Amino acid sequence: MGFNVELLEKLVSVYGPSGDESLISATIRKEISEYVDEITTDSLGNLIARKKGEGKKIMVSAHMDQIGFIITDIDKEGFLRFGNVGGISPDISLSQRVVFKNGTVGAIFSEPMEKSSERKLENMYIDIGAKDKEEAEKMVAIGDMCIYYSSFAHNDNVVFTPYLDDRVGCFVAIEALKRLSNTDNDLYFVFSVQEEVGLRGARTAAYGIEPDFGIAVDVTAHGDTPKAKRFAVGLHKGVAIKVKDNSIITHPSVRNSLIDIAKAENITYQLEVLEFGGTDSGAIHLTKTGVPSGVISIPTRYVHSTVEMASKDDIESSIALLEGYLSKKQ
Amino acid sequence: MLLKKLTEASGVSGNEKEVRDLIKHTLEGYVDEIKTDRIGNLIVHKKESNPGGKRLMIAAHMDEVGLLVKDIDSSGLLKFMPVGGIDKRVLVSKTVSIGEKKLPGVIGAKPIHLQKRNEWSKVLDMDDLYIDIGATSKEEAEKHVSIGDYVAFDTSYMEMGNATIKAKALDDRVGCSLLIDILKSDIDAEIYGAFTVMEEVGLVGAGPAAYQIKPDMAIVLEGTLCYEIEELDSHQMPTLLGKGPAISLIDRTTVYDRALRDQVVKIAEKNDIPYQYRKTSMGGNDSGKIHITGTGCTTTGISVPTRYIHSPLSLISKSDYDNTYKLVEAIVKEFEKGAI
Repeated sequence: MGFNVELLEKLVSVYGPSGDESLISATIRKEISEYVDEITTDSLGNLIARKKGEGKKIMVSAHMDQIGFIITDIDKEGFLRFGNVGGISPDISLSQRVVFKNGTVGAIFSEPMEKSSERKLENMYIDIGAKDKEEAEKMVAIGDMCIYYSSFAHNDNVVFTPYLDDRVGCFVAIEALKRLSNTDNDLYFVFSVQEEVGLRGARTAAYGIEPDFGIAVDVTAHGDTPKAKRFAVGLHKGVAIKVKDNSIITHPSVRNSLIDIAKAENITYQLEVLEFGGTDSGAIHLTKTGVPSGVISIPTRYVHSTVEMASKDDIESSIALLEGYLSKKQ
Repeated sequence: MLLKKLTEASGVSGNEKEVRDLIKHTLEGYVDEIKTDRIGNLIVHKKESNPGGKRLMIAAHMDEVGLLVKDIDSSGLLKFMPVGGIDKRVLVSKTVSIGEKKLPGVIGAKPIHLQKRNEWSKVLDMDDLYIDIGATSKEEAEKHVSIGDYVAFDTSYMEMGNATIKAKALDDRVGCSLLIDILKSDIDAEIYGAFTVMEEVGLVGAGPAAYQIKPDMAIVLEGTLCYEIEELDSHQMPTLLGKGPAISLIDRTTVYDRALRDQVVKIAEKNDIPYQYRKTSMGGNDSGKIHITGTGCTTTGISVPTRYIHSPLSLISKSDYDNTYKLVEAIVKEFEKGAI
């Protein structure tokens, strides 16, 4: 099966900052409905799709929310002030274009600063080209959120775009689901909300599902660019099987099962020991009496920037590994 | 007056009994069930006459920031540590009340005459400060105080001018007071009031409370940040005194449900109740635990703008109190009708 670049482009382009994931939820629902037996949405907005089976319950979680900005003030001249939704850096945001749910486009800029290192989000603003407050209020209201403007690009090796984190995880889950034939496991595909603000959606979804095993599918960092902090994961070296991050030490039985499948099916893989960060498995594995959990990571450069970059081969390996794991009776 | 009693009671996180007893006593006869759970939350239930409807949880935390005695030195002075987020710069020369017997004390430090010039510009650290209870030896102090005793600020309730209230612990006794008023009112809906413990030390009580209540929807009542001086741009002022209840957008612990927030705003507008948004993403409250407990629920945060929170005294506007009450009452009425 070829690399479905159109679907990935569609997924990264749909609006869905943490707490307002309805549009991306609808997009994914439409994409997967014919492949699953039931689809529900819980009170936080998690999209939960079940492909029924007789065996153990496996929860696969890829988060559909995005980092972004929330408008907290509109001044007399029509400039918007904002707070962050998730991990937003002033350096990366400066001079980016952003887009609101209603399509309004703006540009992020900053008050003049003597030292750029002193720049904080509270010194920055969004310019939507309004002439005054009244005009701005016709386009945007306090409490509205915006995200980085979509700009998808790819070549034979890589894709680079905002929001691979974690729409590429959603893509991997969707593609694995589509390729799966019948399974002995009872599968719950969760497209979770509010991961970027603290793994919130996965927690309530896992509570409702009570899975026997949990697998998060998410991006991870990289250590293969000039003078990067030492980290063994890099692009084009295969899917990364997580050993640990700041939210979880993956369960050895799940981790080893993933490694065994990768070896048996000749899927290129690398092991990931990340010294920061966290994924949905961090919330899932602590649910109720505990859930053995692992993580399938897609090595990604420049996470939380507008040029997040991942290897097409690594994405394919991730799909193959997830499909392999879900097909095997657990 | 209820708010006077509530704010003058002491209830530093982990030691909420005095506040809890007062609330319990005040609510007896007005509600169907009152219980104290194992962690210390006071959970109050008002039943609807036709059971089976959705459950609404309204939460306010009983605890306040304060201090804890950690050592007694040979001269009878008490060393202490903070409980919750306290700005150490506000402590020196304040009067406090210690332990169950409310022993009076004063926070002391080296007099300015004895300080070296370079000490003038330094902030006194908690370790440079001590509580003086007038004892002259460790033995004498130990007759009145023991390590582990809680210390609360000793600030009396006062009304200033026509419209302002000064008191300690308005964060969040103002929420407790509003919640009591709501629970005393005539409502026919499945409502749980949760007076929670230990919010100031990490939202400790709210999770267990929500776990028991299993709400479909929750309202968190708070006294929140208010800071407005003329040097600031409008986006740097989190809330404004006298401009009505502040509706939360986002904070460190919650992205407030958009649909519910829109409904709350609509209710305010329909009833001509002034409101404002809480314009900062800093801070957090019990909603952070409530909305992710169990399978989750929608929450809204409604606060009375409160100046100088987390210090020995705080200020609110009476009109903000009244308008916050009106807004919460109107939300509860809509909930009762099943419209929300």
